[in-house]
Amino acid sequence: MEAASLVFIINIIGAGLRTGTPLLFATTGELLTERSGVLNLGVEGMMLVGALAGFAVSYNTGNPWVGVLAGMLAGGVLSQLHAFVTVTLRGDQVVSGLALTFVGRGLTAVLGAPYVQIRDIPTLPTISLPFLESIPIIGPLILFPLFGNQNVVVWLGFLLTPFVAFYIARTRSGLNLRAVGEYPAAVDAVGMSVAKLRYFYIFIGGVLAGLAGAALSLAITPLWIEDMTAGQGWIAVGLVIFAQWNPWRAALGAYIFGALRRLPLDLQSVPWLPFASNPILGVWLSMIPYLFTIVALMLTSNARSRKRMGTPAALGIPYVRGERGL
Amino acid sequence: MTQSKTNETLALDMRGIVKEFPGVLANDDVDFTLCQGEIHALLGENGAGKSTLMNVLSGLYRPEAGEIYLYGEKVELHSPRDAIDAGIGMVHQHFMLVPTLSVAENVVLGDPSVSYIINYEELDKQIGDIAEQFGLDIDPKAKIWQLSVGEQQRVEILKMLYQGAKILILDEPTAVLTPQEVTELFKTLREMTASGRSVIFISHKLDEVLEISDRVTVLRRGKVSAEVVSAETTKAGLAKTMVGREVIFRIEKKQSEPGGVVLEIDKVNALNDRGLPALRNLSLSIRSGEVVGIAGVAGNGQTELAAVINGMREVESGRILLNGVDITNKPATISIDAGMAYIPADRTGVGSAPSLSVEDNVIMKAYRKPPLSHGWSLDLKEIARYATDLVKRFNVKTPSIKTQSRLLSGGNLQKMILARELSREPVAITAVYPSRGLDAGATEDVHERLIEERDRGAAIFLVSEDLDELLSLSDRIAVIYEGQIVGEVPPDDDRIEEIGLLMAGTAVASSSPAAG
Amino acid sequence: MQLKVERRLEVPGWMSLLAIIVAVIAALFIGGILLAYGGLNPVVAYKQMFKIAFTDKYSLSDTLVKATPLLLASLGVTVAFRMKLWNIGAEGQLLIGAWGATLVALFLLPKDTSRPVMLLVMVIAGFIGGGLWGLIPGVLKAYLNVNEIITSLMLTYVAVFFNNYFIYGPWSAGGFGLTAQFPKSAWFPRLLDYADPYPYFRGMTAHTGFLLGVLVAFILYALFKRSQWGYKTKLIGDNPNAARFAGINIRRQIMLAFLISGGLAGLAGMSEVAGVVHRLQESFSPGYGFTAIIVAWLANLNPLLVIIVAYLFGGLLVGGDAIQPAGIPLMIQGIIMFCVISASLLTRYRVRFVRKDKVIST
Repeated sequence: MEAASLVFIINIIGAGLRTGTPLLFATTGELLTERSGVLNLGVEGMMLVGALAGFAVSYNTGNPWVGVLAGMLAGGVLSQLHAFVTVTLRGDQVVSGLALTFVGRGLTAVLGAPYVQIRDIPTLPTISLPFLESIPIIGPLILFPLFGNQNVVVWLGFLLTPFVAFYIARTRSGLNLRAVGEYPAAVDAVGMSVAKLRYFYIFIGGVLAGLAGAALSLAITPLWIEDMTAGQGWIAVGLVIFAQWNPWRAALGAYIFGALRRLPLDLQSVPWLPFASNPILGVWLSMIPYLFTIVALMLTSNARSRKRMGTPAALGIPYVRGERGL
Repeated sequence: MTQSKTNETLALDMRGIVKEFPGVLANDDVDFTLCQGEIHALLGENGAGKSTLMNVLSGLYRPEAGEIYLYGEKVELHSPRDAIDAGIGMVHQHFMLVPTLSVAENVVLGDPSVSYIINYEELDKQIGDIAEQFGLDIDPKAKIWQLSVGEQQRVEILKMLYQGAKILILDEPTAVLTPQEVTELFKTLREMTASGRSVIFISHKLDEVLEISDRVTVLRRGKVSAEVVSAETTKAGLAKTMVGREVIFRIEKKQSEPGGVVLEIDKVNALNDRGLPALRNLSLSIRSGEVVGIAGVAGNGQTELAAVINGMREVESGRILLNGVDITNKPATISIDAGMAYIPADRTGVGSAPSLSVEDNVIMKAYRKPPLSHGWSLDLKEIARYATDLVKRFNVKTPSIKTQSRLLSGGNLQKMILARELSREPVAITAVYPSRGLDAGATEDVHERLIEERDRGAAIFLVSEDLDELLSLSDRIAVIYEGQIVGEVPPDDDRIEEIGLLMAGTAVASSSPAAG
Repeated sequence: MQLKVERRLEVPGWMSLLAIIVAVIAALFIGGILLAYGGLNPVVAYKQMFKIAFTDKYSLSDTLVKATPLLLASLGVTVAFRMKLWNIGAEGQLLIGAWGATLVALFLLPKDTSRPVMLLVMVIAGFIGGGLWGLIPGVLKAYLNVNEIITSLMLTYVAVFFNNYFIYGPWSAGGFGLTAQFPKSAWFPRLLDYADPYPYFRGMTAHTGFLLGVLVAFILYALFKRSQWGYKTKLIGDNPNAARFAGINIRRQIMLAFLISGGLAGLAGMSEVAGVVHRLQESFSPGYGFTAIIVAWLANLNPLLVIIVAYLFGGLLVGGDAIQPAGIPLMIQGIIMFCVISASLLTRYRVRFVRKDKVIST
């Protein structure tokens, strides 16, 4: 019984690492955009565009890596609409982000129609690490089930978080990023362009959302259907708040949510739970990731309103060089 | 101590600078020169064009016309980067420091010569060494938000020196400092000029301009109205060129005739936005017919106190009584109905709804009651009549009562707020920085209105960062330091030193005169 | 000579209108390019859509049917947006409103309840259902400062599963994703119900829901303009600090706005089940609650303009149904929204030509 429950838990974690990876990319991208002071609610739209571009290009070229690049580029290009409206025209970031999601959903609904039926496409490879199984005890029990057969994007995700954390905390670019999201006037005063920095990080956010979409359509659930992201883009926006703009916490959140997305499936196979005999009850389980997003926000928002730690001070505010007299 | 230095090396020569904003000619053919090793003050009222001129020099604004020469060479300053590279450093009135970053990070921000992967140990040491070299006492590891305003200013100066500034511009550097910190700053500035640097000192305070500068250029409405050697001019003469007419330094008012206690603040504790204690067991009472001024360095609890009195911030413990009625932590409507008026510091952020019309703004505190409303419905005709009347009575210059309030000038916006607050004949008035950013005319108007209200019998609680304003309006001055009233001083020019020491948290025995 | 972009202080009204018209044309143009890219002839497609949505009495009636839920949900969105509360979960509130109406029609009231009573109770149930669903993000926003954009949207997904449980589970008719049909007393009267006395109405499915929407629009318009509530709403929307300063209880107003906003979206759901589908079934709404956001925004949050914009968007949906692929209306909506945002922002600037020493305004 104990071994069985360990296997059960390891399986869920392993699945969490897998299904959480697109969320990790999207959340990290949004985190970088928000650290520069811009809220982009268009993650869902950019993910969809990335998913479709990745899928279509992979199908047409036969090379999934070209597909991934196309997905990233598509997300990045779409994000620049938001950059133009919010940075250049100083429009409302909420409205523009919403519009971006609508554009992404609509665009992919039309352009993706021919791809809906296609199942056989070149997908991203899984990395097999059979030697993990030979490590005594923890090898077969823990390491192999978790890491033995993960898709290459999962490993990419493992690399992304430490890289981004280091980038933000220890590099000159990271310093500029932290500064522009907190107090853009200071960045302006030392002769750097606030607009350029923000365009760049909106682009990076789009690229990572596009990567998230491509990871979804080329690795995690290799197919294309309309609205296949099912709200993950929005969850990513919520996770950034939950993560309090910290990349490590963002990764943790993404993997937890990945696991939660898989949980309904796993719980339905547990014989002594009512879900096995009465599958209709399963829809209640499907609510879990969405409800958990709300709960996570409740926990962090409350602490946040008290301390306000983490929120980039300039988030959501267009930068206007002092109209008169500064 | 100083004499004319016009024959020495010119560090800076600005010729015929023109800068226009929509509807305003902020700089109209301005000439300005600065000698090496000189402290040149730029004097003028708010809106005279001082900051604009300096923003042109620091590359933030592109002038429509004019030329700039540095050490005899013509330069084009297209961006702040150009200005920095040319050796021009500006310490802005609102510091250009990122609160969440460390001192060292702020100093090197934007410097491409720092290694891409930052070695923080080395960086902190390097910045610490530079600070020491210039005699500035700062911890490079400290986060900006942990520093006092005076320390932050030192960081700004350090940043400029690190960037290699030979010309240092300081925009209203003393506005937020205690008198003692001002002395410290002046010492630093003199050391700067001794080492061959030049300083432009922007201010509208005559005394300190005369004290620190070698020369003074006075701007009025975007034009140079005088350029004089400091040692050869007087305060009154400067004031006249600055304002364009004789200035009354003290508003004329009769002796106050205080009545009973109207507003009583009893051992109040409250937190600031960060959740740290802002007010500690603070007690204060204000009687009808008197103005009690609060002096203090910004951030010592004065704005929180104003907010607490007006029901805009919760009290942790203690009581606030208005005419004997407990209004502690009651909804703002209770104190509004009890006759409380509030002129907040932030006119657009709190005091008005910028995108709503003047009409909507002036009814903010009166709309709930007849005649402006009956039951749940508003009487639009009556509201228009009410607003028209107030605009006329308080002399608010606006195209119509339907105009958005954000389109009003600063002075007219404040008049609109006064109209709303004072027309209800309040029994107590809280006024926070009531003349900040206003020109002389509007300031005078605000002051007269407040004194009128006092004479009518209102209890007035005045928060200001301008000691002149406090001395001129108050009947009593209470000094706040770290959330406590640390002393009370009569509004007497001779007691400024004492007020300064109290503001800095140094308790003084009332008999011993402070050293100076 | 130098080009200079400056901010305008005030935008003249005619310019805003012109900007919207230009933007919509531009959006259709961009949409056309994308359609061509997707292998469609854009001219033919647009013609087809227009013909199906606006040319004869049947198509006008069909457009009215699609416009009805858009109208009610947009009015709901308008209430929240006026207070700068970003309730983007109207779709979920709509679903729960439909659920509430279904509960009444099938399970709470006997089949032989008279039509007015039945419909009235369904209206109330729809409003309460959507309102309570909307109140959740409202309460979380008011008391815990939780971002309402995320919560209202997450609750939309939850609402889908919630309804699915009932239509596949206890309320299911034969295990399919739908309930039994409502009794006739729970149907909104349709034009075709009067085909006997007035043969002109034969085959026209427009129903009373639209009149309900128009009524709500006029009530909201009056409330926004001349009630204390309308004044508070606009004050909070522009500057919550000033509103607090004026003594307004912001928490209460936030919750009230969400309650009304969700309630109206719930009415949209009720109207859809009572007027069109006559049962609760899976995906009966093709995202009305989301389109409503665009409608409200395009109508500049003016309830009377919402009526017109909702009708036009109803036409877009009807036209879109007739051509393949199905996502065309969604795409065009998104592009329209972006073009209108850009255009309306551009009107805030003016371009001037600046010479060395002279300034010429254009």
